[in-house]
Amino acid sequence: MEIFVQQVVSGLATGGIYAALALALVMIYQATDVVNFAQGEMAMFATYLCWTMLNAGVPYWGAFVGTLVLAFLGGVIVERVVIRPVEGAPILSIVIVTLGLLVIFNSVAGWIWSYVQKPFPSPFPSTPVKAGNIFFGSHDIGQIFVTLIVLACIWMFFKFTPLGLAMRAAAHNPVSSRLVGIRVGWMLAMGWGLAAVFGAVAGMMVAPVLTLEPNMMGGVQIYAFAGATLGGFTSPGGAVLGGFIVGVVENLVGTYVSFIGTELKFTVALGMIIVVLLVKPTGLFGTRIVKRV
Amino acid sequence: MSAAPPLLEVRELEAFYGRTKALHGVSFSMATGGITTILGANGAGKTTTLRAISRMVRTAGAILFEGQPLDGRATEQVVQLGIAHAPEGRGTFVHLTVEENLRLGAWGRRERGGVEDDFERVYGYFPALKGRRRQAAGTLSGGEQQMLAVARALMLRPRLLLLDEPSLGLAPMVVREIFRILRTVNKDAGVSILLVEQNAALALDLADHVFLLETGRVVMEGPSEVLRKDDAIRRAYLGY
Repeated sequence: MEIFVQQVVSGLATGGIYAALALALVMIYQATDVVNFAQGEMAMFATYLCWTMLNAGVPYWGAFVGTLVLAFLGGVIVERVVIRPVEGAPILSIVIVTLGLLVIFNSVAGWIWSYVQKPFPSPFPSTPVKAGNIFFGSHDIGQIFVTLIVLACIWMFFKFTPLGLAMRAAAHNPVSSRLVGIRVGWMLAMGWGLAAVFGAVAGMMVAPVLTLEPNMMGGVQIYAFAGATLGGFTSPGGAVLGGFIVGVVENLVGTYVSFIGTELKFTVALGMIIVVLLVKPTGLFGTRIVKRV
Repeated sequence: MSAAPPLLEVRELEAFYGRTKALHGVSFSMATGGITTILGANGAGKTTTLRAISRMVRTAGAILFEGQPLDGRATEQVVQLGIAHAPEGRGTFVHLTVEENLRLGAWGRRERGGVEDDFERVYGYFPALKGRRRQAAGTLSGGEQQMLAVARALMLRPRLLLLDEPSLGLAPMVVREIFRILRTVNKDAGVSILLVEQNAALALDLADHVFLLETGRVVMEGPSEVLRKDDAIRRAYLGY
């Protein structure tokens, strides 16, 4: 029982990472119909920026916030410079562009910081937290809190601020948005910026566990895709829940199904993607998109 | 000394969808405070004329709003000048609530003040919307959605209101109600209205000036009481 609870909590911790990245993927997909394959690599790059600031002596939370700001700007710039020119191009062209971005971010990171693994600090104490008779990793617990706080902030932003409202409007109905005076292009760019912020949070939270290196987010992104697919690519809330579910399932299956262990964990994620696509292609909470011409 | 420019002046307007020309040199102007209607059959270019003013199609020729050219502007900049457009198909944000739809209507306003008062004002015009303010707009009836489209446009405090087929697909009673409110809005708030309408009888009742569009050209124009008596108009558009 203790092991079960521990594994669930640790699954929720990694699930939070997947949830943040899955939300980033879904936000961009909803706003621009683009699946951003470079999302994980942008997150990795942001984490390296954080590492650089920490090495320069910036205190952790200062570097954390600084990274979020840089990630936001980076996301906006990527949309304006790279995605904007191919807007309206066939979907395959855009997919190739985001795959190109993936390779570029990966190799530029390797070129600047090398492929050697770097330890990345956790802002949380290394002593475990005790609840009843069960011990939990402090980083796991802290990570869950950080993810939940970020998700709550973003929910309030979209729900209660005029800018959040305008961004939702621009994503759902660009034509009508222009007719009420919203600058749709900038709203979409800011959507990319916010997505990059979630990615950066995921990267900085996962780096102490995985250690920082340019290929760090590859696996995380597969799980995030599984989470987004499970929850539904058209449902932000669903994608978040899907991310958490994938994290927990991954952990439990790795613990209790002996032949899977750690080696076949990936297969579980990919298996989930395939099963969801076969059984319920819209995901648990997604809706079928009907394109009217 | 020159007189004040007309509210809206369109000169030799051509519009294109891809390589297809939809307007072939439309010219007209409307005065401040009036209600003007554009009549015409399907495909005559009525909707395209409104879309040209809102910069949603590629055009040639001149469009002047209070003497300022609109041609080089983006749609959202035209809105900021005080031109609200309730488009064909209503353009409702179906996922958002009625109140959120209205709030977005005020997005392009120059002066931010008075938005809360304007909520009450448009709810006064359309009491049905007030009861449904927290409901997703997609769940409204067709008539309520049209009311929402007009209400959203009014949240801009527009100087000019472009209305595309507000009667389409609605029950006659609902249509009468909407047209009654349009008259009130025009009189009380001084909003000028450019109305595109299939229902010629209704449009002639509401409008003080009429343009008749045929295959992308203005073929007739005049005060509505004059055109109402015209034999050709009567036969083609009023059906008696």
